[in-house]
Amino acid sequence: MSTELIIAMIATIVTAATPLLFAALGELVTEKSGVLNLGVEGMMLMGALTAFGVTLSTGSWTLGILAGALAGMTLALVFGFLTLTLMSNQVATGLALTIFSIGLSALIGTGFAGKPVPKLPPVWIPVLSDIPVIGKLLFGYDILVYLSIASVAGISWFLRKTRGGMILRAVGESDTSAHSIGHNVIRIRYLAVAFGGLMSGIGGAYLSVAYTPLWVEEMTAGRGWIALALVVFAAWRPWRALAGAYLFGGITILQLSMQGLGTIQIPAQVMAMLPYIVTIVVLTMMSMKSRRGGLGAPACLGKPFRPAT
Amino acid sequence: MTILLNRRGMLIGSTATGAALSLGPAFAQAPTQVGFVYLGPPGDHGWTYAHDQARKAVEAKFGARVKVNVVENVKEGPDSERVIRQLATNGNSIIFTTSFGYMQPTLRVAQAFPKVFFEHCSGYLTGPNTSNYNARYYEGRAICGTIAALTSKTGTAGYIASFPIPEVVMGINAFTLAARKIRPDFKVRVIWVSSWFDPGKEADAAKTLLDQGADVLCQHTDSPAAMQTAEQRGAFAFGQASDMKAFGPKAQLTAIVHNWADYSISRIEAAMNGSWKTSSVWLGMKDGMVKMADYGPGVSPEARAAADKLKADIISDAAHPFTGPIKDQKGVERLAAGQRFTDEQMSKMDWYVEGVQS
Repeated sequence: MSTELIIAMIATIVTAATPLLFAALGELVTEKSGVLNLGVEGMMLMGALTAFGVTLSTGSWTLGILAGALAGMTLALVFGFLTLTLMSNQVATGLALTIFSIGLSALIGTGFAGKPVPKLPPVWIPVLSDIPVIGKLLFGYDILVYLSIASVAGISWFLRKTRGGMILRAVGESDTSAHSIGHNVIRIRYLAVAFGGLMSGIGGAYLSVAYTPLWVEEMTAGRGWIALALVVFAAWRPWRALAGAYLFGGITILQLSMQGLGTIQIPAQVMAMLPYIVTIVVLTMMSMKSRRGGLGAPACLGKPFRPAT
Repeated sequence: MTILLNRRGMLIGSTATGAALSLGPAFAQAPTQVGFVYLGPPGDHGWTYAHDQARKAVEAKFGARVKVNVVENVKEGPDSERVIRQLATNGNSIIFTTSFGYMQPTLRVAQAFPKVFFEHCSGYLTGPNTSNYNARYYEGRAICGTIAALTSKTGTAGYIASFPIPEVVMGINAFTLAARKIRPDFKVRVIWVSSWFDPGKEADAAKTLLDQGADVLCQHTDSPAAMQTAEQRGAFAFGQASDMKAFGPKAQLTAIVHNWADYSISRIEAAMNGSWKTSSVWLGMKDGMVKMADYGPGVSPEARAAADKLKADIISDAAHPFTGPIKDQKGVERLAAGQRFTDEQMSKMDWYVEGVQS
């Protein structure tokens, strides 16, 4: 393969991984606080729809992406109200949220079908973007790609090094202990759930204004579920989630690329399985090395908390 | 009149009206109920969209004489049988089931409702009150291949395919054969995305094919993502199942448009006047079931002339997309010079012609 082909391939991999990364990071923070939100797919869809609609009517990507993030967050807060305040079952509520969003987004989006918006342009960095090879490889993406990577660093730092991160983890590991030393478990979980929705919303917005700038029903095509799986296989660690997202995107594009070149004769169905198999195997192996009993799931994941009065 | 029902709505829907089941002139005043079962949402801009256009044409044609009941997003398998049964119970006189996987469920329900007529799209089995209909999409693929060969600068086309079933393989082969008739060294790169509908993956496949030197894209998947990618990259593409011009005003060369309207109307008319009989049809451009969208700005006068000529020849039966000599990928002759494949042979195609890179 020529250098040009490889660079083009890497650029495609990065854009394929970015929506997964956003959604996975959001869910990671939510789960770290002890809440399991299976509504990622639904929040991404609503984010995609809202971002598309606002970009279409205002012509501003910034407003569109912000609106997408807000839509994801609003939906997450509905989930939060149901599971944290009314203490409904998290698994069932999350699933219901996704099913509800698929229908709602299809209904609202009927008027948007068939209307394209311009694609979110890459940021142009003077000098750097002009460097041959490296310029295209490192500095040729749109702003959301850089934001996703910055988010990984930010979330990793927040969870490990800050007091806020420590409290969040404490709430996820032992809600009663955190409560007994005076932390407001419910409020902290609300914040984590809202952040998860915000990130899923941005992930969805990336799909509808940057990746494939169009709206079609169910355009997320299962990416929310992949993001959920990535969180587990990344053992709830942000940098591993990044590795997982890029690995998954990488193998997906690589197998498409190999098919096009016709270099090896493997049935297309086997090729289609590869991204899933490789990602699961690699991330599981990474997690096994550092395992200290269990996969590192927050101890209170999915358990409702009722503060003692 | 249209009544849109979701599946939950179906369960609590109205009870059967025996009168509506019996047909004939005596009931001419009461509207004939017509059922449609869709695989996807009508907003997919592809397969289901084309069927929904037929539904609209039916309503425009018959007005108050029919009442159309639509159920969308019906998964193939047991779910579909329940939906079809419900439509039959609710008094629909004729029911169109528009996906391959509805074939067995349709036949099973048809046995229980001998007075209701069933029309199954894209299968191969029929029954005493079940007909099947399908379109010869490969005729359209041959037109696309002709235009591709006369438009491409690199001599390579990219083909985004869903699943390796005969219908898709047939399309790839018809496209490649037509292109190589004009340019014997023409190459077609195929990428399988293992999905009928995944805009992101379709776009990724499109980018990959363009990066690998293709400058014309053809697709057998349902979203307009590949068309949009071609537009962004300044390449060309063919629309699938419906006109995708909105996503690629410069990129779209033409599109294969499925036209189910004429067939649906004629069958409903037959059901109304009592002349309905079981039939199995596979119709092409001659009957108007396969149509080509208007040529885009990228089609040269030369390509336009060649495409128009092939279209006329296929319609007059002077040409057939699968005319020998045809060799497979390994160079083995599969069809002798001058011969044509039968419908039976085509519907079992599981090999690629020379020039396909897969």
